[in-house]
Amino acid sequence: MTSSLRLRAGLVSIALLAAFLGIWHLATRSTGPVATMSPEYAKLMGLTATQGKSAMPGPLDVGAKLWEHLRRPFYDNGPNDKGLGIQLGYSIGRVGTGYLLAVLVAIPLGFLIGMSPLLSKALDPFIQVLKPISPLAWMPLALYTIKDSSISAIFVIFICSIWPMLLNTVFGVASVRKEWINVARTLEVGTVRRAFTVILPAAAPTILTGMRISIGIAWLVIVAAEMLVGGTGIGYFVWNEWNNLSITNVIIAILLIGIVGMLLDQILARFTRMVTYPE
Amino acid sequence: MSTFDNPFDSDRNLRAGCICGQHRSAAEHEQATALHCEPVESEEKRYEGVVASAVMRAMFPQDVARRAFLKSVGASTALAALSQFFPLKTATEVFAQAGTPEKKDLKVGFIPITCATPIIMAAPMGFYSRHGLNVEVVKTAGWAVIRDKTINKEYDAAHMLAPMPIAISLGLGANAIPFAVPAIENINGQGIVLAAKHKDKRDPKDWKGLKFAIPFDYSMHNYLLRYYLAEHGLDPDTDVQLRSVPPPEMVANLRADNIDGFLAPDNICQRAIYDGVGFMHLLSKEIWDGHPCCSFAASREFITSAPNSFAALTRAIVDATAYASKAENRKQIAEAIAPANYINAPVTVLEQVLTGTYADGLGGVKTDAKRVDFDPFPWQSFAVWMLTQMKRWGQIKGDVDYKAVAEQVYLATDTKKLMTEMGLSPPASAYKSFAVMGKTFDPAKPEDYVASFKIRKSS
Repeated sequence: MTSSLRLRAGLVSIALLAAFLGIWHLATRSTGPVATMSPEYAKLMGLTATQGKSAMPGPLDVGAKLWEHLRRPFYDNGPNDKGLGIQLGYSIGRVGTGYLLAVLVAIPLGFLIGMSPLLSKALDPFIQVLKPISPLAWMPLALYTIKDSSISAIFVIFICSIWPMLLNTVFGVASVRKEWINVARTLEVGTVRRAFTVILPAAAPTILTGMRISIGIAWLVIVAAEMLVGGTGIGYFVWNEWNNLSITNVIIAILLIGIVGMLLDQILARFTRMVTYPE
Repeated sequence: MSTFDNPFDSDRNLRAGCICGQHRSAAEHEQATALHCEPVESEEKRYEGVVASAVMRAMFPQDVARRAFLKSVGASTALAALSQFFPLKTATEVFAQAGTPEKKDLKVGFIPITCATPIIMAAPMGFYSRHGLNVEVVKTAGWAVIRDKTINKEYDAAHMLAPMPIAISLGLGANAIPFAVPAIENINGQGIVLAAKHKDKRDPKDWKGLKFAIPFDYSMHNYLLRYYLAEHGLDPDTDVQLRSVPPPEMVANLRADNIDGFLAPDNICQRAIYDGVGFMHLLSKEIWDGHPCCSFAASREFITSAPNSFAALTRAIVDATAYASKAENRKQIAEAIAPANYINAPVTVLEQVLTGTYADGLGGVKTDAKRVDFDPFPWQSFAVWMLTQMKRWGQIKGDVDYKAVAEQVYLATDTKKLMTEMGLSPPASAYKSFAVMGKTFDPAKPEDYVASFKIRKSS
């Protein structure tokens, strides 16, 4: 039953993909009107002008180019031209650093706030104001004060991934069942031990959900941040190819950004399943 | 004497035109005769030439006397005679070492446009390493970013629009930080491109209500476009829309019909033509032949903390600029700067920009060897002109000490010294008068110049 459902869903997915690629191919195959021009003029012009080739690349162009990139993902032609593997590595490194820093701050802080109703009430207005700020709005301020673009990018990741984690930790810690706490109190469990053996396991699924939301946001933001500061990373790659009006490479980058984002999300989803127990 | 002339040539004409008088220009003469010595390739020979030239100039400061001497004995004899009593070999070695750089590993930022040609080509073609530096040229996303990164000292020096160092030094759109310009990157090399649908709207008087893009507020592009529009009776602040758009996005915006045209740096102009979205309405040289566009800039702090590095960097840039100014090298340069590590553009586009034989987007092939040119000397009169335009369009309020700012930012004196040491012949004065669309600009009377414009921002 389930396996047949899976099979059918898979078939529908493949059919959808094929339909999408087919329509894409047909839509970009057509050639536009071409003005007549002298041969020496034509030699100086691009394919769009001379053959009426669509400015949008078709799936075959993208596929060929993707294969070219995948064959040598780690080449290094100097500071402004590196393979896709290296660029993705830089981006993942930045996201990882900013994200880990955010974890180190958000979870302990969230614990404290969640366990103390007073702090929770006192800090709430600040969190509410800071939370909806677009992380990129911090960029000029970060560049100005930190005076280093790569640390600024990490700071932006930090600031954008901290809020979902913090709020979820607070919520998770605050909404641990009263009965469990009361039982712990009856058994005269100390505060530290109570935090680690009762509250942490109970709040873990909520905390990890917050972490999962955060990693998604962090990955969204890094691309934009790298387009701004440049240098390295997949966002820079998009910008550099945009600069050359190479839509083919931009599409490849979009595809890869999606795949990496999905993988990051899946990893966190697995962690969440590991700490969730059916009651 | 022009900057890159050979002082050992006794026949070289000291006035404009050509040596023998049968051709209209020196370039034509050279093409016709084609017997002149090739540029010396080896590094040692180059320096020997440079040092010998400097000695020759020092011995005969007057052109006429040197000419007479060379006529009577011939260039090779003169060189041999010089080396008899002057230790050319030792001097060459000393010159080549010229102060060990305090900092060898430098980072220089650039924007991927052909204006940055000398900065970029100096890396793959070895001009930096020739001057004992290990320079990493870093592509940057936009003018504001390059400004911030240079102010933050992530870059030691950078490619900036010529008015930017002035604006930064004055604190316009940034904190006031003293910056300096030792060399101009390129002259000319920009253009007004209109969307293909405006083929029949060639008269600027019909441009009311159009939307134009410029790369940055503090750019020659902004001032030239405003000047051009105002000369045709349009007030750029009220009759048209001017938008600051990063160069790479200009072509896409033109295609998407968000803008009607732009005054942009090259390869962007040619790229719009290459992709069939626009046509070249006018080269910027038709507005002002010989206008500066981009500059090589560094903070005062870098210059004082690492003077030898800065000098070596300037020498490398001047060297590269001299190489780029020769038409026969342009094809090779186009190939060197086209890869993804540098400008990241099709080679044909760069070749059309640099060689000056280009498709105009209307079906014709045009040739203009001076479409873009390279001359490093930072004329202070350029800076004064930019200040007058900043004043004219309300970017500066109140009184301006034109001369003081120009002299503080545009390092004509230092560059002159450096160029003389390199055996080049910089101009004697840092001020020259020039004409923009037929109207003469006198750098001594900037206030009158500003007041002479009917269309300007009322302040």
